[in-house]
Amino acid sequence: MPQKQPPRRQSFSVGRGARRRDEDSGTDVGEGADEWAQSKATVRPPDQLELTDAELKEEFTRILTANNPHAPQNIVRYSFKEGTYKLIGVVNQLAVHFSQVGNLVPKDSDEGRRQHYRDELAAGSQESTKVVISETEIFEEEEEPKEAEAETEAGSQTDMPVAEAAAKVTEEELMTHKQPKERKLTNQFNFSERASQTLNNPLRDRECQMEPPPRTNFSATANQWEIYDAYIEELEKQEKTKEKEKAKTPVAKKMGKMTMRKMTSMESQSDDITKVTQAAKIVERMVNQNTYDDVAQDFKYYEDAADEYRDQEGTLLPLWKFQNDKAKRLAVTALCWNPKYNDLFAVGHGSYDFMKQSRGMLLLYSMKNPSFPEYIFSSESGIMCLDMHVDHPYLVVVGYYDGNVAIYNLKKPHSQPSFCSSAKSGKHTDPVWQVRWQKDDMDNNLNFFSVSSDGRIVSWTLLKSELVHTDVIKLKVEGNTTDGLDGLQLHTVGCGTAFDFHKEIDYMFLVGTEEGKIYKCSKSYSSKFLDTYDAHNMAVDAVSWNPYHTKVFMSCSSDWTVKIWDHTIKTPMFIYDLNSAVGDVAWAPYSSTVFAAVTTNGKTHVFDLSINKYEAICSQPVVAKKKNKITHVQFNPIHPIIIVGDDRGHVICLKLSPNLRKMPKEKKGQEVQKGPAVEIAKLDKLLNLVREVKTKT
Amino acid sequence: MAEVEETLKRIQSHKGVIGTMVVNAEGIPIRTTLDNSTTVQYAGLLHQLTMKARSTVRDIDPQNDLTFLRIRSKKHEIMVAPDKEYLLIVIQNPCE
Repeated sequence: MPQKQPPRRQSFSVGRGARRRDEDSGTDVGEGADEWAQSKATVRPPDQLELTDAELKEEFTRILTANNPHAPQNIVRYSFKEGTYKLIGVVNQLAVHFSQVGNLVPKDSDEGRRQHYRDELAAGSQESTKVVISETEIFEEEEEPKEAEAETEAGSQTDMPVAEAAAKVTEEELMTHKQPKERKLTNQFNFSERASQTLNNPLRDRECQMEPPPRTNFSATANQWEIYDAYIEELEKQEKTKEKEKAKTPVAKKMGKMTMRKMTSMESQSDDITKVTQAAKIVERMVNQNTYDDVAQDFKYYEDAADEYRDQEGTLLPLWKFQNDKAKRLAVTALCWNPKYNDLFAVGHGSYDFMKQSRGMLLLYSMKNPSFPEYIFSSESGIMCLDMHVDHPYLVVVGYYDGNVAIYNLKKPHSQPSFCSSAKSGKHTDPVWQVRWQKDDMDNNLNFFSVSSDGRIVSWTLLKSELVHTDVIKLKVEGNTTDGLDGLQLHTVGCGTAFDFHKEIDYMFLVGTEEGKIYKCSKSYSSKFLDTYDAHNMAVDAVSWNPYHTKVFMSCSSDWTVKIWDHTIKTPMFIYDLNSAVGDVAWAPYSSTVFAAVTTNGKTHVFDLSINKYEAICSQPVVAKKKNKITHVQFNPIHPIIIVGDDRGHVICLKLSPNLRKMPKEKKGQEVQKGPAVEIAKLDKLLNLVREVKTKT
Repeated sequence: MAEVEETLKRIQSHKGVIGTMVVNAEGIPIRTTLDNSTTVQYAGLLHQLTMKARSTVRDIDPQNDLTFLRIRSKKHEIMVAPDKEYLLIVIQNPCE
């Protein structure tokens, strides 16, 4: 504040200044000085205590402390961190009795002068600004200076030091001198504008504490595969939503719901344990692998070292033995390797004893689990034959003793066949002896052939939900017609027991009959045979084309013989007598000259014509008991093993020793030739020898 | 359902099999043929080991996955077949 002011103050109008002083006196320190001066007169209040000198002289010690006596000592607040009420130790001791925010602009200063100048300029509009600002004081147009003064007072009264206020007053007074001229103008139309400042509502802080939102800690490390899984999941979701969008027709929706319901019901039904199905299967195989470890090693690595000293003969090494309690006492009537999975084979169980026919079983074993079959199907009638489809290795066609044929689908879990013939749909009237899948027909329908002792050879076609049959040929025994009554010629039917289709010429196939004859037939001629061979004296048990040489086939019969034929020549090329009924013969897949035959006396015979064309190079009993008759034999398409089945339901897997699968010896400086051409040449060479002999005789 | 039960029964009755147990994703045994304490011990330890092994396989190639784990020890062989949610653990004495 400028020092000049005090004198000025005195020179100002009395009314206002005095009033001001009176009002301020209560709080003004300056006023207190007057009272103090008065106290010299020692006015004693009437109720003052009379004290002795000693008492007066007594000292009382009073200490001033910085502590606020009114400050609360026991503030308690709730701590969320610890979950309890906690005493707040530090209390604010500061007591504020009065506070004032303001700013001063000295009158002499540049800013002050500028302001003053501005004010003077603006005087026309009666805008009075403050030189000394305290809080918010705006003075607008005033009608009368007195009012303005009053306002000023009202505004400054409460919180402005006297001196300041006085200074302001000075200003106002100065201003009012200029105002009157303008005032008249403004009030020309009895215009008045009043403004007043209302009390500002004091700001209030209000706060409350709420329960903090729940928090949890989550932490994880993401590795590459988790990210990968997340992406895959996302992709699947997107695909699903796409599918949903596509299938928005109500029918589809219903279907979806239905399946969903089914799914949920299935889920609720199934025990958790079903989810380990796959794992259980794997473990079962592993457990078996452990127990049959030595066998597995033999299967893979053992080569009989003694073969080197045996010159030509070979042996069969028994590996696993497959049997199942359910198929006990049921003869093995058919064997077939799965064309796709080299460790899987199908076994048909039935009975060859025609007085004791009972049920049948279809079992599929894997070499990986010799103790239990992979699939089990049971049927009411005995199974007599089966075949697996090359392109659809899950389809198994079987022929029953009762003349029916049926197709089992391994993909379907239930034990009923997917398709089955019936009496209406042209089933055989006698046991079906052989079935064989054919190439898909022109309309890409699956189809197969069957042969039965009722003399019919039937082609079955698999349409959507049924089996359609066509009789391909009816076997008749030629020259055996009997004259019946009234001159009717009755044809005796030939009983087909086995057939095989030519590997290259699609239409040509061979049929073996119960009478021992073999017919060469064509699919396109149903009335005539292409050729007839007087092959055996008893029923033909099997006929089989050579896998390499397209002219050669082999037949076996219960008349103890195995015969090898050139289909262009009516007499057999080779004849082998095995001293027992021959149940089955099979060509080896690796050589054109090797084949195996099984006889009912429990022996397996393996021939290699290129080594010995007179005798078997291996003739070995392979069943435990001599009573057991061996019924069937099959070579594995890849591994050097065969499976043989006996009439007690056992299947034995045997490994061929090196001598039994001898390949042409390597000569130095000469590449070993391999392939079908070599195999054909090998067999041809042998056949030529025989042909020469024949032409000579 | 019956099929799994039968398979498990066959495994348990197989030569040399000491015990089988099914353990869920948290390592808690839900079915066992061994006594309680042994089961808990095997389940806990093998669950960790399998998870670690699986993690290893999948870290190397995320498209790959662990299908089988066999541990050959002096006394016996522990076979673990992890499925989506469960582990099938079989302990076998192969020399028996």
